[in-house]
Amino acid sequence: MSLFRGVVAALAVSLALVLQVSVFPHLAWQGVVPNLCLLVVVGAALTRGPQFAVVLGFLAGVALDLAPPADHVAGRWALALVIVGYLAGRVRQDVRPTATAVVATVAASSFVGTSVFAISGLLLHDPALGVPDLLRVILVAVAWDVLLTPFVLPLVMKMFQLLEPARTA
Amino acid sequence: MGPFGKLDRRRFRAARERRWRGPGQLDEGSRPSRSLVVALVLASLTLITLDYHGGDDSPVESARRAVGEVFGPVETGTATAIRPFTAVPEWFRSRGSLHDDVARLEAENSRLRSQAVTEDYDRNRLREYDGLTAAADDLGYALVPARVVALGPAQSFSDTVTIDAGTRAGLRPDMTVLNNDGLVGRVLRVTATTATVLLVVDTDSVVGGRVGESMEVGFLHGRGVVGDTGRLDLELVDDSEVPDRNDTVVTWGSRDGAPYVAGVPVGRVTSVYSSVRESTQRAVIEPYVDFASLDLVGVVVPSGTDSDRAVIEADGSLQ
Repeated sequence: MSLFRGVVAALAVSLALVLQVSVFPHLAWQGVVPNLCLLVVVGAALTRGPQFAVVLGFLAGVALDLAPPADHVAGRWALALVIVGYLAGRVRQDVRPTATAVVATVAASSFVGTSVFAISGLLLHDPALGVPDLLRVILVAVAWDVLLTPFVLPLVMKMFQLLEPARTA
Repeated sequence: MGPFGKLDRRRFRAARERRWRGPGQLDEGSRPSRSLVVALVLASLTLITLDYHGGDDSPVESARRAVGEVFGPVETGTATAIRPFTAVPEWFRSRGSLHDDVARLEAENSRLRSQAVTEDYDRNRLREYDGLTAAADDLGYALVPARVVALGPAQSFSDTVTIDAGTRAGLRPDMTVLNNDGLVGRVLRVTATTATVLLVVDTDSVVGGRVGESMEVGFLHGRGVVGDTGRLDLELVDDSEVPDRNDTVVTWGSRDGAPYVAGVPVGRVTSVYSSVRESTQRAVIEPYVDFASLDLVGVVVPSGTDSDRAVIEADGSLQ
């Protein structure tokens, strides 16, 4: 079951990645697209807790860092999504999160994730962009992610819930 | 089932709920083992260090290539599958907007014809007597056509795209990529079926540029912004000559045409700033290429390259 779950999670991340680089650029606003990989990690964190989400976050981040159009220093998205998985996992309560809680978690995760990525870039001088430019991109990214939340998160959370092994036995 | 049936069921459900999501499970679920989080953060930092200090020889490059071999064909397939749908908005354009387009294009056409953008550049080259050799060099090149299949998100702050041609099409790193309008960028790395292209608007991109009218040379730096406001900065080496507005900037070219071949139009001058302190001049260049809607591009390869597709030779024939 665990292996199957891992494979399904990896497939979900790959699908999110391909949609993000090949389909959504046609809808992009100033080049900013919704970060579907981040949404999958947040969905995993909300249903399965941080333990699973940090691992999935690391894998999704490495995929984002290495898959073709990427050219930034590898490991930056991995770091950002590990932190996102950890934070979003801590939000999880023993009850099902309400819609408002999900949207708030996505907004906060998107802000933190994109900011961590941008700050790591500032430290490494990877993109020589100014802070106002970075902030603009971060805010647009948060708006995109929140906009996509009602369409993506229910699917992702449903999927991870179905994969959840029965814990009663 | 009386009035208590419902209550009982609810109580049962509550009990099951408690059993499933009891405090023990909550502890285990909501607190990840600290060592795991630390290990993953350290792994990320190691990856960053490896890639940052390794440069082109870093072990990350081979990982990138391996991941690219897997994701490249998937991206190509996805882009091909959705291409019919991205064309749909075009069908719904009104007659009015098409009329506007025709008027705008006619105006632009006549303006361009009167400017004959590259005429100055060509005349100067002839005058400097390298025209013949350069032209002979130019004739030695051919174009491999390719389509853009994936764009890097702006959140990653690097302007790169994936194209659906790789080593099988005869591509190698450091080849010039252009389209109908002008210079697009250069090939960074290749897999068997795809290649990653660094766009000239990326902040890491530096292109040797030459102002067509005065033959003055300088360096073009990207600003990292795609779309309508995408601009390049031209830093001129000589501060005595001031380029005019609407002067054309072309590539200056490098040895053996890598990474950039000579004479590809890049953009036009929109404004010029001079900085007294740095004793240089900076011109702002509006690129001819619309980077937000890149699709069909050509990669400059040596003539006679073996390729898995038709190669457009310099004389326009297909091979």
